[in-house]
Amino acid sequence: MRDVAVIGIGMNEKWGELWEKSFRTIFVEAALNAIDDAKIDKIDAMYIGCMSGGLFVGQEHIGSLLADYLGTGPIPATRIESACASGGLAFRQAFIDVASGMSDIVLAGGVEKMLDVDGGATTYALSTAADQEYECFHGITFPGLYAMIANAHMHKYGTTRKQLAQVAVKNHKNGSMNPRNQFPFETDIDSVINSVMIADPLTIMDCSPVTDGAAAVILCPLDLAKEKFKDHPVIQVIGSGHATDSIALHSRKDLTWLSAVELSGKNTYKMADKNPSDIDVCEVHDCFTIAEICATEALGFFEPGKGGMAVQDDVTAIEGKIPINTSGGLKSKGHPVGATGIAQILEITEQLRGDSGKRQVKDAKIGMTQNMGGSGGSSVCHILEVK
Amino acid sequence: MGITARNWREYPQRYRMEAAKCNKCGKIFFPPRLVCNECGNREFEQVKLAGEGKLKTFTVIRVAPSNFIDEQPYAVGIVELTDGVSTLMQITDCDPDELSIGMRVKIEFRKVQTEGDAGILMYGYKAVPLRE
Ligand SMILES: [Zn+2]
Repeated sequence: MRDVAVIGIGMNEKWGELWEKSFRTIFVEAALNAIDDAKIDKIDAMYIGCMSGGLFVGQEHIGSLLADYLGTGPIPATRIESACASGGLAFRQAFIDVASGMSDIVLAGGVEKMLDVDGGATTYALSTAADQEYECFHGITFPGLYAMIANAHMHKYGTTRKQLAQVAVKNHKNGSMNPRNQFPFETDIDSVINSVMIADPLTIMDCSPVTDGAAAVILCPLDLAKEKFKDHPVIQVIGSGHATDSIALHSRKDLTWLSAVELSGKNTYKMADKNPSDIDVCEVHDCFTIAEICATEALGFFEPGKGGMAVQDDVTAIEGKIPINTSGGLKSKGHPVGATGIAQILEITEQLRGDSGKRQVKDAKIGMTQNMGGSGGSSVCHILEVK
Repeated sequence: MGITARNWREYPQRYRMEAAKCNKCGKIFFPPRLVCNECGNREFEQVKLAGEGKLKTFTVIRVAPSNFIDEQPYAVGIVELTDGVSTLMQITDCDPDELSIGMRVKIEFRKVQTEGDAGILMYGYKAVPLRE
């Protein structure tokens, strides 16, 4: 296997309600930003994470569409789907493609245009990431599934309503320093707890938003990056891991434990030859506040049940021992589901390059991403290191 | 959309809670499946799920999917039945405030949703708190 580096990153100038731009335009915009950042003049292959072009904009077959509009020529372009982990998985497929020696310059992108349909259609499209016949049939929603995880976590470990809110407060504080975010404003604990209840105990401020957005990164062999692409510090992908779990939450023995996150994390640490204590900065999949708490436990940053306390004690703040979601996370940045996993790679690459401005984690050398599908039915992790 | 056929296929589970018990290791699957994920065996015996259990977790849906809007707010939970099988269902005939993790429930046959403009009624199982 060849060593692989990330040489270019790009996303839209701002995520959010991009009424004036189409599905194809937001993708091409992000991809061109990544291509310009890398200063490349060709792409050998492309992988695009997209959960549901069909339900959100009535568009499938997006490999053909997006390669055409990006002007890449007739390259192999593959759409990757693993619900909200589609972006992370697209990055992993691009990594495998370069590592295997099949392709040299590969674009890994993600795109979702969620705001062309009304709220009911959005809820339906997202619900297809759960078990249609044995979860959705009974009227459960994604906030509802994570609310049940939250109640189980609170019952088993004594995690508090306030600690859940503190995840949102921290991520919005980080996000207030990231102008690309959909909601780059600060909030406070009372505002989170007292906002509209969606599924007890989660309010709308515990939930990541619905977003239009795209992101893209460029990968190539490490040797080529060192030789030809010297404008940025060289960022190597040193670990990649992917795992699945039952799609239905109720099939899992422990409702508070995200096994796919644990396993994808362990495989990534093993490949990278690193431990949780080696990680300087990490982006995790905070689709809901409770998800960040569960993910940080499953990745081994904290003991089971201690994730809430860690947020309360500022351990996961930018100045903390293990900064989590310096970008603002899905919560503040927005969550265009297929693009989220790629935007996580973008944030970690910026951090390792030292380009994160006010959000910069001091001396960040090793960073990690964790991107999750559904209620934890799939998870993809990566570890990046500046060389 | 094929909703009618899709619903019809699930009648044995939705109406009668039919499950499959692995002939080799005894694990019970709901719905039935073709291969046991515990031992790899492919032979099963048909069993009916237990009619009682306890709440492992729950929530109250305040913002419902479009086909449940008339019902909101409503409670949904994961019930661990006395035979060890856990599955998700609505919790009905209750005040959401009286629900708690560990609470005992019984399973009843109820209307679950009305689908589409033609309005086919879809029935299935729901949990009702057992008040001792
Ligand atoms: Zn078996």
